[in-house]
Amino acid sequence: MTHWETVIGLEIHAQLATRSKIFSGAATAYGAPPNTQANLVDLGYPGVLPVLNAEAVRMAVKFGLSIGAVVAPRSVFARKNYFYPDLPKGYQISQYELPIVQRGSIGILLEDGVAKTVGITRAHLEEDAGKSLHEGLANASGIDLNRAGTPLLEIVSEPDMRSAKEAVAYMKKIHTLVRYLEICDGNMQEGSFRCDANVSVRVRGAEKLGTRAEIKNLNSFRFVEKAIHYEVARQIDILESGGKVVQETRLYDSDKNETRPMRSKEEANDYRYFPDPDLLPLDIGPAFIAEVRSTLPELPDQKAARFAQDFGLSAYDAGVLCASRELGAYFEAVVGRAGAAHAKLAANWVMGELSSALNHDSLDIDRSKVSAQGLAGLLARIIDNTISGKIAKDVFEAMWSEGGEADMIITAKGLTQITDAGAIERAIDAVIAANPKQLADYRGGKDKLFGFFVGQVMKATQGKANPAQLNDLLKARLSGGP
Amino acid sequence: MLHNLFIGEQADLLARRQLSSVELTQHYLDRIARFNPQLNALITLTAQRALGEAAAADRRRSAGENSPLLGIPLIHKDIFCTDGVRTSCGSRMLDNFVAPYNATVVERLQGAGGVTLAKANMDEFAMGSSNETSYYGPVRNPWDTTRVPGGSSGGSAVVTAARLAAYATGTDTGGSIRQPAALTGVTGLKPTYGRVSRFGMIAFASSLDQAGVFTRSAADAALVLQVMAGFDPKDSTSVDQPVPDYHAALQMPVKGLKIGLLKEFFDGLEPKAAALIQDALALYRKLGAETVEVSLPSLPLSVPTYYVVAPAECSSNLSRFDGVRFGYRCAAPKDLMDLYKRSRGEGFGAEVKRRIMTGTYVLSAGYFDAYYLKAQKARQKIADDFKAAFTQVDLVIGPTTPTPAFAIGAKIDDPVTMYLNDIYTIGANLAGLPGISVPCGYVDSLPMGLQLIGPHFSEGRLLNAAHHYQLQTDWHRHIPRGYES
Repeated sequence: MTHWETVIGLEIHAQLATRSKIFSGAATAYGAPPNTQANLVDLGYPGVLPVLNAEAVRMAVKFGLSIGAVVAPRSVFARKNYFYPDLPKGYQISQYELPIVQRGSIGILLEDGVAKTVGITRAHLEEDAGKSLHEGLANASGIDLNRAGTPLLEIVSEPDMRSAKEAVAYMKKIHTLVRYLEICDGNMQEGSFRCDANVSVRVRGAEKLGTRAEIKNLNSFRFVEKAIHYEVARQIDILESGGKVVQETRLYDSDKNETRPMRSKEEANDYRYFPDPDLLPLDIGPAFIAEVRSTLPELPDQKAARFAQDFGLSAYDAGVLCASRELGAYFEAVVGRAGAAHAKLAANWVMGELSSALNHDSLDIDRSKVSAQGLAGLLARIIDNTISGKIAKDVFEAMWSEGGEADMIITAKGLTQITDAGAIERAIDAVIAANPKQLADYRGGKDKLFGFFVGQVMKATQGKANPAQLNDLLKARLSGGP
Repeated sequence: MLHNLFIGEQADLLARRQLSSVELTQHYLDRIARFNPQLNALITLTAQRALGEAAAADRRRSAGENSPLLGIPLIHKDIFCTDGVRTSCGSRMLDNFVAPYNATVVERLQGAGGVTLAKANMDEFAMGSSNETSYYGPVRNPWDTTRVPGGSSGGSAVVTAARLAAYATGTDTGGSIRQPAALTGVTGLKPTYGRVSRFGMIAFASSLDQAGVFTRSAADAALVLQVMAGFDPKDSTSVDQPVPDYHAALQMPVKGLKIGLLKEFFDGLEPKAAALIQDALALYRKLGAETVEVSLPSLPLSVPTYYVVAPAECSSNLSRFDGVRFGYRCAAPKDLMDLYKRSRGEGFGAEVKRRIMTGTYVLSAGYFDAYYLKAQKARQKIADDFKAAFTQVDLVIGPTTPTPAFAIGAKIDDPVTMYLNDIYTIGANLAGLPGISVPCGYVDSLPMGLQLIGPHFSEGRLLNAAHHYQLQTDWHRHIPRGYES
């Protein structure tokens, strides 16, 4: 391919699922009327002071522990100073030199089976800003400060990713993790989980990183992938035509599928970071860390390893099934009923028919129209040869659209598989008798006509003939006498 | 005369029902009407409210309540947010700002039955040492109205000196309680950083600001501090440590107390001022205290250190005054940048702008290490010096200011000379230590202050030492001429 190498680092903003804000007692619920969830602290009134929300700290520590990071014994809140109407105090309280989580990593697995570790430089706590509203206001801008002070965990990766696919895999992995930990609802439409992508290209093999552009505020996996693709192509174009990439912040426009400059380095703010004198340094002792560690759930990687080991699944399949806690639980419930020996069958169904039905209806697994128990009931009928896999798909579709259990549908629609050899032979005989020309051709060497006979018999039995038996009996019959 | 009584004496009369809070309040309101025009010590008068609070205090007394501040009139520095009352911070920026909540200090004193007469004039955003930077004009010193009262809590000092209230709250970031207390002949207490909540106190320099009180005696200060002090969950920098009984602490003997004479405070001090401090030391020795000379070698760094740290913090703290949500907004802004520039340009006065610019500069990329970080190191050295001194002595002593009150206009155009006025007070702020200034005599007929500084949370000891000094002297009973009756 090209001699260019792409280098990507992500800064993910995960909104922590605390009930109240990071430095005030106001609620964090989404979608309230403007400025109804902002108290005097959020509004930056004269004289008010921030008080750190302990739950946000606990969540950050949980995250740190789950990526094998150092939880800093002392971290410091700093002020990032800049003027903007949605930033009430004129500074954002963040962490700068001493973040709460330092030096962790996480493994990603690509579809082609390639595994890779992405370094996580740091994760720090900070408050979100409010937002400006421009619609429906003539000659004015509105400010909604409901979001101001919402706790964020900013997760900063090393520039370890080499393609848009890797970046998406990493982002999905973090998305999975924060939901496992129940520290973020992961809702990307509402902005609870979003990222900035730092993208640069360099000649393959070069040591020095190329000049990067930072693409701000990407709030879907698809946008991350498309924005990076666009940006990489843009930078390569510039470099190949002898130009230089400018270090700047860019915005991705999903309608036009392009990135555009927001502000360049020259006009970049000098944020004048300094420790916030209103907040003491945050000291975290070993006892607190141990206590938080004891609350960690089984993590996605642990669960995937267990699935692979116990159920003989490929690492990739196991990873897919662990993409969310709910999906993993669903799968385990199906396997629990179907039996571990049939885990592969269960995995295929969960990742196949079930996933596409969910996708088609835009449903989450916890709102699936077919329960784990229901799916296990269907699989049981495949396992005991009552129905074929093909018929099972029809039964599943009926279960999905009309409801009801597999057995009920199989009985009602008379879909029970024909396993009586005599009955299958009678059907074969009838088909052969009706198609003398095809029989002659087959016997004359046209092997491909075997499929024609299978199809005719299946048609005659409404698809209910046991496929394996049919195969054997038909072969014997066709090669035998008239 | 009622106004010459100390808080304890007024409380006694109230308790014995020989005086009502309404009468006492009206007495002070009358004095305010009579004297404030020549002093300009107040920004907002809350007379009706005060009479209501006084009546409520009287009802509480009738119901059998009997606490020392119940029904005693006070005045708050206009830096403390007072629910429903304009809280201007001495600035045009907040001239229209009615606070929607009470500062913790206000809440606590109100809870104790304090009657708020008014909000006191002050240097704009507490930045100044002469009360000349106020948007509401300079406050005048009752000892000589051509002179400044000191600052930034100049109004609070003056209402206490002129007996326009029984006591007044103030804040001290670099000497803003002790310096005006010295220059107006009253007692001014700056507690340990973290002893009194900063919640609701409009921030100047958050790591230095501390609320305190102006009274006419150390014994009165003990009564007020008892109510003001204590942990506040709304202020993360307030310290969760029990509040001792300050009144009981007054009674401890001074005998055996080890007092350090701060060598650096006498370098270049004019002889008349130095003599007053020597007199005080002699008195302490007579009372059985031991005095030794101690040195704080890093103390000369305190003014330059302060003028990096305080502006740095203020440049950030004052960013919220942007014309968007509250306070001054310029007329007809053309766009966002114009709104910011003109609202801040027109809303802030010269000294505030000077400090915002200084602070922005010292925090900027490329200068941060040379200024801000270096100042933090110097600050640590100063704190370490004090710490070392307190291994040898219980408290240190020196003058509060190098000179008495200067003339209005004398230094306002020379910021560096003005800043040097706080040379003796800034160290305690940088180290977070408590300090108290008590009147100790006169230079050129103008009052001077004796300053005592102690280790963290030694307010009881400081009040005790100051109280014993006041038992032996009567400087604190002196009234500026014309304000006696």
